[in-house]
Amino acid sequence: MSKFRTKKDKGTPPISTASLPDIVFMLLFFFMVSTTMRQQDLKIRVHVPAASEIQKLEKKSLVSYIYVGSPLQQYQKIFGTEPRIQLNDAFATTNDIRDYITSEREARDEKEVPYMTTSLKVDEYTKMGVVTDIKQALRKCNALKINYSTRMLSSE
Amino acid sequence: MARQKMGGFNAGSMADIAFLLLIFFLVTTTMDTDSGISRKLPPMPEKDQEKSNDKIKERNVFVVLINKNNQLLVEGEPMDVRLLKDKAKEFIDNPANNPKLPEKKITDIDGKYFGHTYFVSKGVISLQNDRGTSYGTYIQVQNELAAAYNELRNGLAMRTFGEKYKELSESKQKLIKKVFPQRISEAEPKNVGGGK
Repeated sequence: MSKFRTKKDKGTPPISTASLPDIVFMLLFFFMVSTTMRQQDLKIRVHVPAASEIQKLEKKSLVSYIYVGSPLQQYQKIFGTEPRIQLNDAFATTNDIRDYITSEREARDEKEVPYMTTSLKVDEYTKMGVVTDIKQALRKCNALKINYSTRMLSSE
Repeated sequence: MARQKMGGFNAGSMADIAFLLLIFFLVTTTMDTDSGISRKLPPMPEKDQEKSNDKIKERNVFVVLINKNNQLLVEGEPMDVRLLKDKAKEFIDNPANNPKLPEKKITDIDGKYFGHTYFVSKGVISLQNDRGTSYGTYIQVQNELAAAYNELRNGLAMRTFGEKYKELSESKQKLIKKVFPQRISEAEPKNVGGGK
């Protein structure tokens, strides 16, 4: 009896941390489910315009992205401030779009090619000239399904 | 005694491992959901294709022009973007059969809900922008035009099926799409402003 008593007298036992992993795992799973892998590092500033009539992009694996915007500060010395196109991880011109679409197509199953969508993530303040050139390039390589990426407009 | 030996392993480091994973996912992932306005580009015209001679009548075309200063010219008069939706709705629907607004074509949609002779508007929205127009304005205009179609479709869906357009089954959505087909045509952009 005396043995037990000495143990209890040592003060309050430490808080059990056994449930901590469960809590952290719960958080982990939440983030794993609700987020997507970052595609690439953006070298340009893209602030997409807001719109209310938006549709969600289905099947993300079939979406290829084209980014347009003015280069970030650290790239402005080389690339200037004029809006530029970014494909994958590098700056590009409209001539590169054809190769990009071809390589995106080759990476996918042949049956899925007609369902492929190109998402245009274009900065609000870009002039339409660049966008029109991209659209023409896409038309030339027959990638007709496009999506103008937008933010949710909160007012409606 | 055997029970005491089994013990239960030290789970203290488990939390560290889980935290490590958690932080890894926090850093490598983004929260943004991709959404936007979907459009289909017209295919490139084939070289041997002849230009079709059947011109669309002027009353059937709703011309929207945007200049390099992001100003709108709708059917020949300057307009604010906010008024565009109602104007477009009036054009597409043409409820009073105004002779200046688009003609209607008798179409066989289906026997059950709309009858075999339903009057479908022939209206086409023509959108033309300058190379100097800002992308934000362009999307705003596209959004307003899409909103006009969506509101008309929603109204029709409510009247006939008592449900919102988005909540209808696919076959019913198709019927509504037949009544209000989305016809937005984009002309080749002009370079009046002299911008790049």
